[in-house]
Amino acid sequence: MSTATEKTAGTEAPQGETLLSVNNIEVIYDHVILVLKGVSLEVPEGGVVALLGANGAGKSTTLKAISNLLRAERGDVTKGSITYRGENVHAMTPNDLVRRGVIQVMEGRHCFEHLTVEENLLTGAYTRGDGSGAIRDSLEKVYHYFPRLKERRSSQAGYTSGGEQQMTALGRALMANPSMILLDEPSMGLAPQLVEEIFEIVNALNKQERVSFLLAEQNTMVALKYASYGYILENGRVVMDGEARALSDNEDVKEFYLGLDSGGRKSFRDVKHYRRRKRWLA
Amino acid sequence: MSPDFLFFLEIIVSGLMAGVMYSLVALGFVLIFKASGIFNFAQGVLCLFAALALYDFIAPGGWVDRWFGFTLPVWLGIIMTAGVMVIVAWLIERLVLRYLVNQAPIILFMATIGLAYVLEGMGDILFGSDVKPLDIGLPQGASDYMLDTFGLYVEKLEIVAAFVAAALVAVLAVFFQKTRIGRALRAVADDHQAALSVGISLRTIWVIVWSVAGIVAMVAGIMWGSKSGVQFSLSLIALKALPVLILGGFTSVPGAIIGGLIIGVGEKLAEIYVGPLFGGAIENWFAYMLALAFLLVRPQGLFGEKIIERV
Repeated sequence: MSTATEKTAGTEAPQGETLLSVNNIEVIYDHVILVLKGVSLEVPEGGVVALLGANGAGKSTTLKAISNLLRAERGDVTKGSITYRGENVHAMTPNDLVRRGVIQVMEGRHCFEHLTVEENLLTGAYTRGDGSGAIRDSLEKVYHYFPRLKERRSSQAGYTSGGEQQMTALGRALMANPSMILLDEPSMGLAPQLVEEIFEIVNALNKQERVSFLLAEQNTMVALKYASYGYILENGRVVMDGEARALSDNEDVKEFYLGLDSGGRKSFRDVKHYRRRKRWLA
Repeated sequence: MSPDFLFFLEIIVSGLMAGVMYSLVALGFVLIFKASGIFNFAQGVLCLFAALALYDFIAPGGWVDRWFGFTLPVWLGIIMTAGVMVIVAWLIERLVLRYLVNQAPIILFMATIGLAYVLEGMGDILFGSDVKPLDIGLPQGASDYMLDTFGLYVEKLEIVAAFVAAALVAVLAVFFQKTRIGRALRAVADDHQAALSVGISLRTIWVIVWSVAGIVAMVAGIMWGSKSGVQFSLSLIALKALPVLILGGFTSVPGAIIGGLIIGVGEKLAEIYVGPLFGGAIENWFAYMLALAFLLVRPQGLFGEKIIERV
């Protein structure tokens, strides 16, 4: 595996104690479709780690493998291991994981459409047993971070805008008092300004509530701006990882994921040739 | 009041009362459909099963009587039957539903058809197949009060059924709207995966919802059993619930009640006033025609949840 991993210059292991560690996992759907072919990553306590890559690279699958939502889609981790605070998560249900503080915000938001925004938020507290007072406090906290949700608290979630739904989904996860949120494509289908807004909130939650994030994103530019560390996935493998700054300075990342090019415009033929030559995995 | 108008009123009232009985059955369907998107074909059989079990707890000559030489008081029998329905719900989750997570609705539907036959067979083996009179001490016969005051003939049992249905709906509404579990049930109804992701355990929810549906089935079974005896044709009232659901909407508890009332009144009125044109006996199929008409105009039913589409 390490042969395919190309460390960028000057990287060090992410700081802080390791909260989540994924060790060389392989994921197979329906017993036949091999989706992840050895993914390893680590999320430190209090870190924001980005998981980058194109469509179908395996970002969502990695997150679902961690949160164990995979099994509901007939997928399974067949090799490797995932540990959260040193505990192997393989035998746990999503319910166990949420109780331990790991919660996923799924791609495409997945709000409960016929519930009001506030009811949506309250379902996030389903696993909590610390009384309605504490849950009220959390609700106020969520409204503090997402003032817009407070205005729309009694609207049916199905009728709110995409941005509000993303906020609802994130707020709902927050209601579980998580120590780690697996955030899948928060920018999907949102206007650039809203994307910034959501990421600012992620940043605030990370700094003020000490929530660690593992976020899967196609929007590499934004993700690297807010993350401290990044992994790049291609075809179910980690092909590169490093400090966010180092990644965004890397020439290959610039070319492949940021659409930036140091050498000015090349002719179409050159680009094709270059891409072929530089592809990590043939 | 003229005799004609009185007759009309009497039809309406008896229709409403019959409608309540339909609503009781339809309620169980709505609960399961709401929480899991499954059309539970076995709901009628659950009513039968509950009524059979209750009979054997409390009636002379039932199981308890034969084995222990005494019968249970009615209230204890009802609690025991509710317990049986919870166990049945647990078994259904454990043996059937657990293996069908994320399957297409039609597969789950077919599983419930199988379930209906299994339960019916089990009921036959466990409790025997003869018609049994279920007497839990509900008042029988015509209500003197209604007869004396309004000159209307109304069965006492049907009045009781109306009150029971109203109470049941009130309790269910509070349960769904105000409790943590009720909210989780609605969440599961909306989006299984998202429910999983916030840590709601589908298995627990399914056991709960089938238990509640089983207990509602028990109430319906008691009412129908008291009315016409516990017999295997009881399982066929499930078919009568279908037009009720189409009218009221598959996902609405009040819809099930209103739908039941409309069907009840509609079929009685049709029988009396339209029936002669067709040579009578249209009560049996009128409900289905009404449902068909509704499907064309308003497929989600009167109170069904609108399919939310954001553009």
